[in-house]
Amino acid sequence: MSKFKDSGLTQGAPGLNTASLPDIVFMLLFFFMVVTKLRDTELKVTVKTPEASQLTKLENKSLVNFIYIGRPTAKYEQVYGTKPRIQLGDKFADMNEIPLFLEKHRLSVPESQVGQVTSSLRIDGDVTMGIVGDIKTALRKANQLKINYSAKPIQEKN
Amino acid sequence: MLKKKKKHRMSSEINAGSMADIAFLLLIFFLVTTQISEDKGLLVKLPPWSTEPPPDFKANSRNLYSVLVNAQNQLLVRGKPMDIEMLKENTKLFISNPRQESDKSTSPQDAIVSLKNDRGTKYKTYLRVYNELQAAYAELRNEMALKKYAKEFEFLADSQKKEIREAIPLIISEAEPTAFGEEK
Repeated sequence: MSKFKDSGLTQGAPGLNTASLPDIVFMLLFFFMVVTKLRDTELKVTVKTPEASQLTKLENKSLVNFIYIGRPTAKYEQVYGTKPRIQLGDKFADMNEIPLFLEKHRLSVPESQVGQVTSSLRIDGDVTMGIVGDIKTALRKANQLKINYSAKPIQEKN
Repeated sequence: MLKKKKKHRMSSEINAGSMADIAFLLLIFFLVTTQISEDKGLLVKLPPWSTEPPPDFKANSRNLYSVLVNAQNQLLVRGKPMDIEMLKENTKLFISNPRQESDKSTSPQDAIVSLKNDRGTKYKTYLRVYNELQAAYAELRNEMALKKYAKEFEFLADSQKKEIREAIPLIISEAEPTAFGEEK
């Protein structure tokens, strides 16, 4: 009797089986790999897009170019000031660099799909319309007419 | 002989205990280097650039719904101040004109929504106004789809969608912004 009890004590509780742990973690990993995209550009301007309800999803990522407008982040405030600036790719840009930026992107797109190229404008909500209007004019002059004002879905406030 | 066999058996099993660690490492790496893509927004088609002056709309002011947004982010709709919450319903009434009033559009095809902002208008306000105008059109199309086909607009066949789009075309024209307000 006592022998039996002893052996039970030394074995203790059975260890937690962690054999499926890698599978779970891999599943998580693949999930994140699918729903996220690689951070290819470092944002040098703060962009907090406004909320809207009439949202359209951007379908083909390779047909989209991104233009960011916002105030420089704290890191770049010393050099670039606090006025809203444009960011094309990974660097600050001027208005007159937009046509070249668009043309470079168009070259990377198959010729048959050039008409479907969309410009995604990621603009901070607190920026005034002056700079946005100038960009719209620049886009129209460069014949880039399909644009997408990036926005977040409306969060229900309780 | 017996001992050797035992040894062989032991080495044939790979220790998978560190697999979880490796997977976690990869997971954390991806969490850090990626961002959840926020790729939604308001789709807008800009008019092509031309140096010609735009046509004068004054002649058919009945069909013109002018929305002005000033630098203080206030709305002036057809000459009267309006709250942004009212804009969508008001626009819908103007476009569809259910009671055939003489100061609203003759038909949805003739209705023109004109949007004008100031250089000092906040982008947030501008986008909200644009969103409300698009929402007004979207709701009208949806109502028509429900009435005609008893289905929501987004579930219609392409030909039916096209028909409704032609019946209620989205015409939002944007005028050159004024420059009274201060740009910040």
